[in-house]
Order: sequence, then C-alpha cells, then structure tokens
Amino acid sequence: MERAVPPDSPRGVTQPRTRGGWGKRLAPYLLSMPAGLWLVLLFIVPLGAMLVMSLETCSPATGACVMTWHWGELPSVVSLYRGQFLTSFYFSIAATLVDLVISFPIAYWIAFHGGRRKNFFLLMLLVPFFVSFIIRTLVWEFVLSNNGVVLHTLKNFHLLPHGFHVLGTGFAVVAGLAYNYLPFTALPLYVALERIDYRVLEAAYDLYATRRAGFMRVILPLTVPGIFAAFLLTFIPAFGDYVNQQILGGTANTMIGTVVQNEFLVNLDYAGGASLSAVLLAISLLGIFLYARLLGSRTIEQYL
Amino acid sequence: MTLLDETPASSEMDAVASAAVARKRHHWARAVLPTYSWLVIAYLVFPIAIMIMYSFNKVIGGLQLVSFSWNGFTTQWYHQWSSVPGLTAAFWLSIRLAIVSTILATIVGTLLAVALVRYHPPRFRGKTAVEQVLFLNIAAPEIVMGASLLGLFVTLNINRGFLTLVLAHVMFSIAYVTVTVRARMAGFDRALEEAAYDLGATPLVTFTRVTLPLIMPGVLAGALMAFALSIDDFVTSNFLSGSSVPFPVWVYGATRVGIPPQVFVFGTAIFAVGIGFAILSIFMAKKKI
Repeated sequence: MERAVPPDSPRGVTQPRTRGGWGKRLAPYLLSMPAGLWLVLLFIVPLGAMLVMSLETCSPATGACVMTWHWGELPSVVSLYRGQFLTSFYFSIAATLVDLVISFPIAYWIAFHGGRRKNFFLLMLLVPFFVSFIIRTLVWEFVLSNNGVVLHTLKNFHLLPHGFHVLGTGFAVVAGLAYNYLPFTALPLYVALERIDYRVLEAAYDLYATRRAGFMRVILPLTVPGIFAAFLLTFIPAFGDYVNQQILGGTANTMIGTVVQNEFLVNLDYAGGASLSAVLLAISLLGIFLYARLLGSRTIEQYL
Repeated sequence: MTLLDETPASSEMDAVASAAVARKRHHWARAVLPTYSWLVIAYLVFPIAIMIMYSFNKVIGGLQLVSFSWNGFTTQWYHQWSSVPGLTAAFWLSIRLAIVSTILATIVGTLLAVALVRYHPPRFRGKTAVEQVLFLNIAAPEIVMGASLLGLFVTLNINRGFLTLVLAHVMFSIAYVTVTVRARMAGFDRALEEAAYDLGATPLVTFTRVTLPLIMPGVLAGALMAFALSIDDFVTSNFLSGSSVPFPVWVYGATRVGIPPQVFVFGTAIFAVGIGFAILSIFMAKKKI
C-alpha cells in the first residue's frame, strides 16, 4: 500500500485526459461512497442510536422511551449483572489463555518449519471454520455428553468414574469457547512469527546466544504485538459469546451475552439491553485503546 | 521464504561451547514440535469427524432425533435429507442470503479497497476515518452490532425478514472484503494501467480489461470470505431474522427440542463443499506461482 505511486508524482501526468477535473477529483469519494454509506447507515448510526438509547428511560407499560440522560443506568446494570459479567470474564480469559498456550507452538512450527506445506497447515488451522459455528458447538455437546463416544468409552474402560460428567459445567463452556476461537488466536500469532527476519535470529546465534536466549530475547519480544492482537481478537468475541454457554453450560453460569439477548428478544427491554451493549462495547474499545497506546494504532490491522 | 526453511545448524557450527547443548535441544524440538502440531490438528479435526459420524447414526424410538449414544450405521439420513421441511427451507434461505450478500459486499468492498489503495489524504480526505470505521467494524463484538441493528429496525418500524438480513450481512462483510482485496493489491503495478491509458483505453475499459483481471484473485478471496461469514452467521441473524429463519438460527432453535439427524447431513455437505473450494484455491495459487 505504501508503495503506491503518490498522486503528484511525475508518472501521474500520464493519467487519462478524457475526463475533466471533476470526475478525477471525485474518484476516491465515488469509489468509497457505496461502502461508506452502507457502514454509516447500518453500523455507525445504529451504534450511536444504541448509545443514546442506553441513556433513555423507557416506561415498561407503553414502551415509550424518553431521553433522560440517565448516566446512572450504566453503573447500575453493571452492578445488577455483576455475576454474569464476572462469569463472562473468567470463561473468556480462561479460553483465551488456553488458546494462546495451545496455538503458540503450532504457529511457531508452521512459521519456521512449515516449509512447502505451509498453506496446507494453515488450512488445517482454519478447518473448524468450514463447519457452521452452531454445529461446531453442538458437536461438542455430543463429544462431552455422558453417553457420547468419548466419555462412554472412557467409562467402559473404567478410566473415569461412572458419575463423572462435563456437560453443564464451566469446564464444558471453556472447552467450547477455546475450540471455537482457536483460529482467531493461531493466525495472528502465525503472522507475527512468520514476519520475523531470520537474519536477526542468526545474528543472535552468531553472537553465541543459546537457543533459549534466542527465543526469549529475540523471538518472544518480536511477537509481543502479535500475542496482544491474538489476545484481543479471541477475548472480545469470546466475552460476548452466549451460544457456548447456552448449549454446553446448562442453566448455571449465565454469561452476559445471554442477558443481552434476553433483554432484546424476550423481555423487549431495549433500554436495558442497550445499556448492557454499551458496556460490552466499552470493554472491547478499552482493550483496543490500550493496544493502540502501547503498540501503535496501525499495527493491529496487519493481523486481521 | 526459503531462508526460513533452512535449519540454523550452519550458523551454530562456530559456537563451540554451546553447540552440543543447542543441537541436542534442536533435535528434541524437531521431534516434539511436529508431534505436538499434529495433535493440535487432530484436536481441530476431531469434532468434524464426530459430526460426520453422527450423520450416519441410526435412530431408535419414534422421534427422528439424534441421540448422544451410537446406535449403528445407516445412510438413511442422506436419502431423506430433505424430509424436515423447516430445516430444508432454512438451508435454502441461507444459501440465497449468502449469495445476495456476497455479491453486494464484494462489489461495494472492492470499490472501497481500490479507493484506499489508490488515493491518499490530500486527494482523499477522511481516509483515516474510513480505515478506523473498518477496524471498529471488525473489532466490535457481534452481539453489540446485532443488538444495535435490531434497535434501529424496531425504532424505524421496519419489519424483520430477508431484507434486513441482507442489509446486516453486507454490513459485517464489507470490512473483511476490503481488507482482503487491499492486502492482495499491495504489489499492484500501476504501470500496466498507464500503458492501457497510453494506448487510448478509457478509464472504464482500463478497469474492466486491465485492473479487474489483475486483482481478481483478491476479489475472489474476499468473496469466499463474505460467503463463509454469511452462511455461518448466527448472532446477528438471530436478532434480525423475524419470520425468515436462516440455517444456523433454525439449528439453534432445534437444540431446545432435539436435533434431527439431517442437521449433520447438511453440516457435512457444507463442510465438503467449503473444503473442496479451499483445496481448489490452494492448487490454483500454486499453479500461478
């Protein structure tokens, strides 16, 4: 992108002469207008409207909402649903950490030793995405169920006690989240590791660095932005997820996403749902803001 | 790329004291890392194998619902793949939805990518803002986007259905298409376009005959991405589906009452088609390079 010819370079002189200055001058805006309008009308405006709605007060009887600048609503929903927020936080942090630990070695291996089969291994990392998200989660219910192939077999061989169960526990939710979002962790890590200039590492070895020192003092520091990006790209969707909890977690351990969904689709309490969504959005923006402050705002885009 | 494939052994030769230790660790790593990586791949593939297996599971009892236990092998569900009317309707709705929103998102997103690669701030004011919106769109939690869209449609009194689904699916696909196309356009040689202009081509002819064929691999990759996002989407669709229920929303609803085995037949079919396309694109990319 940076290599593109700047507009006022001498090569620009050979630009078309057929159209007048207007078409040329408007070109960037005309090209970006359809997408821009779509995103403004269906992404920015609804987000703004939701933030406004979160400050309104709605009457439960008529459903009419009045703007009351009710800032107190935001801390009050947080304290009201403190348990669900904390559950979401613990589950998604646990799943993200599990994903980082699982995927770092494989990302490292593909980046440095993948050879000609790199594309094949990357496809293998993405393979869960070829099955619908809902079906993926549903299959975990089959895998973890008491009568399913895995637990049933293990119990038959007396490797597990008969009363043992996983479904309906927090463990099952974390397992489902970790499986569903693993590619979101592995790919940014791969991009970060792949980008490391091997000559830097060789320089370290030439200067008598041990392999351990080469890893700890060259590879790891260079992957920090990637690790942070992988963390955000996994944690943010996992935090708002409610499908895993609903299918695998049973009735306890409700996550905040379930509450948001119920507010909008069951209770029809749009103001309450909007306040919760605003808090969710604020949490993810906080993470992105921290990233931008610590590592520069442009770097996260290269991991998408 | 070839640099990375070499083992660092040659540079380690002079490191007399640490060489032996280092090489020992290196051998250890060479054996453990691949084994570990294949285990992770097995872990990723395992649930898919389970899905395919359960699409062949016999059903005992009156209700045609999948049970957790294994009852024996049958191909019955492949013969009767369309015998659950709601499921089949939801599947075709998802396919139509994915096709329409992929076409729209690919056109709109590609135009934006061209604008972002070509033009810079003095001529393209607001470029940074556009980039930030794209980034926010990718990073924002999907539940927040879906909920806010629902709020908008309810406020404006717009009935939820196929139209609102298309509007939403294009909205969350544009950014991915733009990012993909832009990445593939990075090495684009503008001299080729200038040659076309010098030979008297109009901007439109230049775009359709020179630019578009050159960026086509990127556009196709973006379109595949948009299609996959659309057909897989649950969270946003669940907020906006109303009376027209796409496949993932139907399956989610069915988890409450029981899953007909045909769900896994459709899942297996979608997986087979998707993997087929992916392998095809890898081969095509290899042939070109």
